[in-house]
Amino acid sequence: MLRFLVRRLIVALLVALTVMVLAFVLTRLSGDLAISIAGPSATQADVDAVRKAYGLDRPLVVQFFDWMGQAMTGHLGESFFFKQPVAALIGERMSVTLTLGLTGLVIALLLSIPLGIVAAVNENTALDRVVQLIALLGQAMPSFWLALLLMITFGLQLGWLPISGTDSWESYIMPGVVLAFSAVPALTRLTRAGMIQAMAADYIRTARAKGLSRASILLKHALRNAAIPVVAVAAVQLGFMLGGSIVIEQVFALHGVGFLAWESIQKNDFPVVQSVVLVLAVIYVALTMLADTLNAVLDPRLRGA
Amino acid sequence: MSALLEIAGLRIAFGATEAVRGVSLTVERGQTHCLVGESGCGKSVTALSVMNLLARNGRRRADKLAFEGEDLLGLSDRSMSRLRGDAMAMIFQEPMTSLNPAYTIGSQMTEVLRRHRKASQRVATDRAADLLARVGITAPGLRLGQFPHQLSGGLRQRVMIAMALMCEPRLLIADEPTTALDVTVQAQILRLLAGLQRDLGLGLLLITHDLGVVARVATHVSVMYAGEIVESAPTAELFATPKHPYTQGLLRCVPVPGKVQRDQPLGLIPGTVPRIGPGFEGCAFRERCGFADETCALTIPRHRAGPTHDFLCRLT
Amino acid sequence: MGMKRGWRQAGTWLGAAIVGVAAFCAIFAPLLVPHDPFAQDIPNRLLVPFWMDGSNPDHLLGTDPLGRDYLSRLILGCRISMLIGVTVSLVSGLIGITLGVLGGFMGGRVDDAVLFAITTRLSIPVVLVALAVVGLLGSSMLLLLLTLGLLLWDRFAVVARSTTMQVRRLDFVDAAWCAGCSRFRILTREILPNIASHLVVVATLEIALAILLEATLSFLGLGVPPPLPSWGLMIAEAKDYMFFSPWVIVIPGVALFVLVLGINLLGDGLRDLFGTRMRSDA
Repeated sequence: MLRFLVRRLIVALLVALTVMVLAFVLTRLSGDLAISIAGPSATQADVDAVRKAYGLDRPLVVQFFDWMGQAMTGHLGESFFFKQPVAALIGERMSVTLTLGLTGLVIALLLSIPLGIVAAVNENTALDRVVQLIALLGQAMPSFWLALLLMITFGLQLGWLPISGTDSWESYIMPGVVLAFSAVPALTRLTRAGMIQAMAADYIRTARAKGLSRASILLKHALRNAAIPVVAVAAVQLGFMLGGSIVIEQVFALHGVGFLAWESIQKNDFPVVQSVVLVLAVIYVALTMLADTLNAVLDPRLRGA
Repeated sequence: MSALLEIAGLRIAFGATEAVRGVSLTVERGQTHCLVGESGCGKSVTALSVMNLLARNGRRRADKLAFEGEDLLGLSDRSMSRLRGDAMAMIFQEPMTSLNPAYTIGSQMTEVLRRHRKASQRVATDRAADLLARVGITAPGLRLGQFPHQLSGGLRQRVMIAMALMCEPRLLIADEPTTALDVTVQAQILRLLAGLQRDLGLGLLLITHDLGVVARVATHVSVMYAGEIVESAPTAELFATPKHPYTQGLLRCVPVPGKVQRDQPLGLIPGTVPRIGPGFEGCAFRERCGFADETCALTIPRHRAGPTHDFLCRLT
Repeated sequence: MGMKRGWRQAGTWLGAAIVGVAAFCAIFAPLLVPHDPFAQDIPNRLLVPFWMDGSNPDHLLGTDPLGRDYLSRLILGCRISMLIGVTVSLVSGLIGITLGVLGGFMGGRVDDAVLFAITTRLSIPVVLVALAVVGLLGSSMLLLLLTLGLLLWDRFAVVARSTTMQVRRLDFVDAAWCAGCSRFRILTREILPNIASHLVVVATLEIALAILLEATLSFLGLGVPPPLPSWGLMIAEAKDYMFFSPWVIVIPGVALFVLVLGINLLGDGLRDLFGTRMRSDA
């Protein structure tokens, strides 16, 4: 187990390093950054000044190792536009994005686990097909469009929920639902398949032979085993959700990390862009490691190994 | 007083195929009734149908299916689940997969008593530890905290047996409990079952394809072939005077001590169990039977050979 | 069972019909459009579609905020969606299948490298990176195609790798080795044809995903450059009017939703079809 974790950790570090290189290269693709930072009306002297001020006159390799060295100690450079340390910018906006991601995940699990159980218990009946249809429809739903439809319906016509901002917890309901939609199809299918497999297992026959109640058979004995892959995938889905929240933050004007990245892209603020890519990648890698750990915790067979 | 378990005219169908075609048998209190036959002859589904544990596409019909005189056919799922694990319990063929991998032995054992007797966790744990000791598991306290994957197959089957005994059932159904185990462990488990049956006075319906086992533990034997009971008799009588050609064939295949001569080869029954389609008539064994003629394709009468000995063959 | 199959088949046919109509629209878009999709007509802006009062029979689906015919833009938008979906999955398929087959076939170090590439790729936030590339380099169709193609190869690689590993162990591959066939021949003649059906199913899913992503990027203003009528861009351009005339975002949104649903239905149907055929072969 320890060896496995160490191996995973090394891979995670290598992935982070690779992403750093990619993010760095990506932001240098647009040519001379100094020109775009200095603006269209700048003179050659202005551009040179900018280049010198931001250290862009140094060789790319030096710039990269400078950034990497700083990143190791938690410093991600300074934003051109906000004139603030990038780490602080991301830090203060992370709470919004994490709140949104976790809200989305909780809603997704609250929807997909019951749906998956209902479908599995009624396998091949009309109810099962309805659940599968829901998963199929969810898969085809463009999230930004769903967001707009919800805004029109619940924000404007019914007036139940605020359509933008982060003033109250209610502001997170619609964005959370939209974000959840992207994970519901996968989680529902996984729960359904896991429950079908579990319900056919010998230990469920034993549980029935013991005269246990239906609730206990379904929820205690079957779901516990079906949940193991679901929990692991849910952790990974959270990573995808955080990466995908940029769209939803933009639509609902939630000032999270995604919104920050979108703004920074518009303003060519490359230290912010490359750092957000890096931070989201590191979070994703950490979540996959968390998923493996959760797997080991939930499955007693893996615990001692 | 009515018998412990009484089955009459039981038929079980999966879709269009009939797995069991009119089985009747009785298990008396304190008796071991063995159900023998080749794999696929319908032994296991017969047992499962008594507990109402058939797969979802399985349908059972019967003239009578009664436990201690109480009709089981008309019982709701809810009332049936009150009986299961309490008055009647079952252990299965696959000890490796029959325990839930996610829970400790203790948790899986105590939930039976908590469900049926509303016992406290403490009382249930004590009872579980007692039973583990009773089925010959050393250090029961340690085992209660372990997970199934930490136990060997033989130990898991002992746990299954102990778990089945949690509520002091009056009927225990054991579906080939030793098939998946090592030969040395098989004997231990059988000795254990026979001992428990004697000590606790419970009715045991033991399903097996091993006639050696039958000779040692059974009070009464029913031989199944292709979904029917072809012969049913007290153990001694069956081994002494088998009437049905299939029973005779089976007995020739088994080296029963004292019966088999050193220079005689063991017998074998040629062919395999036929597929029984809808509208099948006559004796299912006729294709493999040395005495068969054209009348075997007609409806076969059941003959009596003693007060509790009958068989299904046109020969008498 | 029969009922289930009937239900599934209906879904597959529906999917095939939707994809067929979309492909027809995409190919013959210039012949089908009733108006010039780029011609602005400010006095006739935001005309309502045919099912509402006061609609203009000349503009069946109404006009957009600049007075351009909505139906014409929708048809041309279909061409853009299909073009992006198919091209992106060709590019990503080429990358992903090459990596996956190499990893699954060679094993060892090569496979470790492929797995590492897949892990790295999965850790990169797709929407963000695509937005950043287009944002920093300026929007153009070619750039969009290449970016999405370079980002969406992970599922191809995963599936190609695992199926190659399965096929590699089968008897006929051993037989080909024994017959002295070269590695290249075994790869192209024995392995690729046997994993092709799985890859076709992945391709349908990737086409759907690429279409959705393109719409998302265009919606955020960093995808297809205006005035091209991408469905995502149409929604973005109409967004300011959606509270007063919801149909302006409903029409392109429904088109997008139905097309993606159709492709997914077709993909599921193909999976069932290949799945049963593979079983009966075994």
